Amino acid sequence: MSTYQLDATGLLCPLPVIRTQDRVATLRQGDVLSVHCTDPGALLDIPAWCRIHGHELLSTQENEEEVLICIRVRK
Amino acid sequence: MKAVAHIPRTRRAVALISGGLDSMLAARVMQDQGLHVEGLNFFTGFCVEGHTHAIRNNPNRKPRRNNALWVAEQLGMPLHIVDVIEEYKSVLLRPRHGYGANLNPCLDCKTFMVGKALEWMQAHDFDFIITGEVLGQRPMSQRRDTFPVVARESGANDRLLRPLCAQLQPPTLPEREGWVDREQLYGFSGRTRKPQIALARQLGIEDYAQPAGGCCFLTDVAYSRKLRDLWQSRAKRDYDLDDIMLLKVGRHLRPKPHLKVIVARDAGETRYLRGYRKRFTYLDMTSHNGPLTLVEGERDDADVELAARIAARFGQGREAKSVSFQFVSRDGIERELQVAPFTVDEVLEDWYL
Repeated sequence: MSTYQLDATGLLCPLPVIRTQDRVATLRQGDVLSVHCTDPGALLDIPAWCRIHGHELLSTQENEEEVLICIRVRK
Repeated sequence: MKAVAHIPRTRRAVALISGGLDSMLAARVMQDQGLHVEGLNFFTGFCVEGHTHAIRNNPNRKPRRNNALWVAEQLGMPLHIVDVIEEYKSVLLRPRHGYGANLNPCLDCKTFMVGKALEWMQAHDFDFIITGEVLGQRPMSQRRDTFPVVARESGANDRLLRPLCAQLQPPTLPEREGWVDREQLYGFSGRTRKPQIALARQLGIEDYAQPAGGCCFLTDVAYSRKLRDLWQSRAKRDYDLDDIMLLKVGRHLRPKPHLKVIVARDAGETRYLRGYRKRFTYLDMTSHNGPLTLVEGERDDADVELAARIAARFGQGREAKSVSFQFVSRDGIERELQVAPFTVDEVLEDWYL
């Protein structure tokens, strides 16, 4: 089980979701992925994508500049 | 030796999901027939869905959801979003069947998407493709004579099923093989939305997206004009993702053939345009609250002053005698600049793209 980072800053949805989806496809069960975004729309879209595909949303954080979303991969 | 009973495999359909009601209904109708359905959503870069609404400020509006994801969640099916930005260039730049009213290559676009769905279907061991198309609903890709073109040119042929208007079409493979009960499909046609709305009600679907102006920027007259201007100014029909995203953001003005000015319309757009500061010369208003302005193609100080006077018109100093900017060139050279804002009449209507 490992932790990985994904830089999706500067991308507008749905690109952060697509990048997350493609990265998760390369990870293993239990791995954690931290996704850094600047589009606040990711706060809705990535959790929705996690629910659809059964991945676990660990946390979301938002400040003025950036959104950080942590998910645990479930396969 | 006992005979082993053959248990038929659950048939699997891949649904093109735009996030609108029609594709939602098509997928749901298949689910109700006991099929396994998964959604595909293609991101061309021109999709209206989601991101552009995220850029602009609107404190009164609910946060925008991605309707394709939302539909998938409502239907309890996986959704795969596919980045086709690069591949889509050949569709837009060289459409075999030409454009619609604007730069919308709808027939080539649908053929491309069904073709991509076919690739996905074959790679993932699915049986057929469904779309939410309705006969006669769109003037280019949803006609009796163009439906077969999409099926043939995509290669999907009779593995392409349109559940909402299937009864008006010859039976497809899923219907002939009995994977799908044709009697439980529909014969919707025309531009009216009433049959879909009635079906949604019948199926207990109360919440669905109400797209205004379609789901693609290429059908939009203003967007198409800006894209044509981009190609004309570069003497080249090409684009990258940043180009086409920027066309969705800000006021675009071309006061001289070589000079383009992009002025943010609110703080959200200013924040977004800041991400492009390394690619463009920009003007940041310092004496008043005002938008960030990107400048493209400036050749001399007169061009910079012209851009600044336009930008000043859109800030809180529009009535002031002088407005100050921090001017930063593309190679990072900074200087202060003071200009008199243009009056409303001095910003010519012709400059707006």
